[in-house]
Amino acid sequence: MPGLSKWNAVMIISKNSGVFLQEIGELSRFAARFWREWLRPRYEFREFIRQCFVIGYKSLPLTGLTAFIMGLVLTMQLHPSMIYYGVESLIPSMVGIAIVREVGPVLTALIFAGKIGSSIGAELGSMKVTEQIDAMEVSGTNPFKYLVVTRTAASMVMLPILVIISDSISLYGSYLGNNIYERTTFILFFRQVFDSLVVADIIPAVIKTFFFGFAVGIIGCFKGYFTDKGTEGVGRAANSAVVVSSVMIFILDLVVVQITDLMNLYD
Amino acid sequence: MNESVISIRGLSKTFGTNRVLDHFDLVLHRGENLAVLGKSGSGKSVLIKCIIGLIRPDEGNIEVLGQNMLNLNREELDDIRVKIGFLFQSNALYDSMTVRDNLEFPLRRHSFRLAPAEVNHMVMEALRNVGLEHAVDMMPAELSGGMRKRIALARTLILKPEIILYDEPTTGLDPITSLEIINLINAIRGKFGTSSLIITHDLKCVKLTADRIAMLIDGHCHVTGDFEGLRSSSDERISPFFS
Ligand SMILES: Nc1ncnc2c1ncn2[C@@H]1O[C@H](COP(=O)(O)OP(=O)(O)OP(=O)(O)O)[C@@H](O)[C@H]1O
Ligand SMILES: [Mg+2]
Repeated sequence: MPGLSKWNAVMIISKNSGVFLQEIGELSRFAARFWREWLRPRYEFREFIRQCFVIGYKSLPLTGLTAFIMGLVLTMQLHPSMIYYGVESLIPSMVGIAIVREVGPVLTALIFAGKIGSSIGAELGSMKVTEQIDAMEVSGTNPFKYLVVTRTAASMVMLPILVIISDSISLYGSYLGNNIYERTTFILFFRQVFDSLVVADIIPAVIKTFFFGFAVGIIGCFKGYFTDKGTEGVGRAANSAVVVSSVMIFILDLVVVQITDLMNLYD
Repeated sequence: MNESVISIRGLSKTFGTNRVLDHFDLVLHRGENLAVLGKSGSGKSVLIKCIIGLIRPDEGNIEVLGQNMLNLNREELDDIRVKIGFLFQSNALYDSMTVRDNLEFPLRRHSFRLAPAEVNHMVMEALRNVGLEHAVDMMPAELSGGMRKRIALARTLILKPEIILYDEPTTGLDPITSLEIINLINAIRGKFGTSSLIITHDLKCVKLTADRIAMLIDGHCHVTGDFEGLRSSSDERISPFFS
């Protein structure tokens, strides 16, 4: 490339990775502050409950719909191959494991990141640029507790609940999909699903959704809380909240798989 | 008249390489309206955010009502902030809340134990002071710019502060509305005897509200004086403000 010497390229890369590392550091400090402050009085219990309601209510229709379609489509796509190998009776078990272990938590978390991460980022971002966060501070309120702790804790509590609901809806979708090809009863289908699932499938899957919820909440708040001046910054905060928390969901997913693998939970 | 309610000594603040305040000194006396005049970007907002503890200065001393603002813990800071009203440049109304909730917020948060009827009474009284009782159930987005400023002022007044810090109370308003705000500022002093620090670059506001004027130039208090005195000044750094 003309005009861009090797040295320039090195400079640009090192500068960008510096910015990246600095951001990671600031995010970690922000997350640490959450853990320091959430147990200290005063407790913003009312705001926490309100946020739980808002967050759950906002995302349920969307996560429910995608979960239903995912269960249905997964079953319909698996069907021909399973017939080919003569193991179509294994469909409920396969779909059950896939949904409970991986598809349900990750898909729901991604939808959640898109919906809730962006709305938290935009809300806090616009509060920041219009000085509402400063106004809270001078009105005898710790804005970190009132805004960040409540929203992050609500994400952490609501995402696992949403995932459990989505998993159920998804399995129901799969049951309907299965019925397109062959008639099974509801009871028989779900007995097969639960026969192949063990506690070790469900517990790690739920635990990881706590981490996903935490990541979405804290990253949305972080991006909003540190929005720089201007309305343009608000859009950027919402956007990068979604991007960063989506990537973080995959990274956490990878880490949790490694840990559960090491613990040999499935044997 | 000579008791000081705010006294600032040697205040400095630097953002990166941008030295915004450089050994700034200022005293606000009880019952006085003091205007701080400075051009856009000269650090006026930074100055009053330092006073109320939203920005931590690098150097210097800030005393408010006899307390050193820089070594207070959170509770002590909250206690003193009850006595200081702050009118934000951008109003900072909570746009997810109604006007009523906006006004109730500082009342509820400063952990006073108040009965609902009492809260309602205080809200309505604050709104009456700014002439906007009918807007009590509206959302901030439904208000005009001048109404928003007045609601923000009502929220500042609700705790009956001893000191009010106004950050550009008339900027962005038409001449008639800004005159209304100016009249309100004067009426508030008449009624509650508050001491006020008025940050502005609006000459009319300065002329009609201020007893004394401080010029913020190059990060420090260049000169203080009254309106006529400064207007007739031959200093070439002051005269542009008055031309
Ligand atoms: N949080 C911050 N981080 C970095 N720089 C800041 C910050 N706050 C203010 N500044 C800088 O300080 C300078 C003064 O800003 P300030 O908002 O006090 O100006 P102002 O006098 O209030 O201007 P205006 O009349 O436009 O409101 C500006 O150059 C601004 O860029
Ligand atoms: Mg300003």
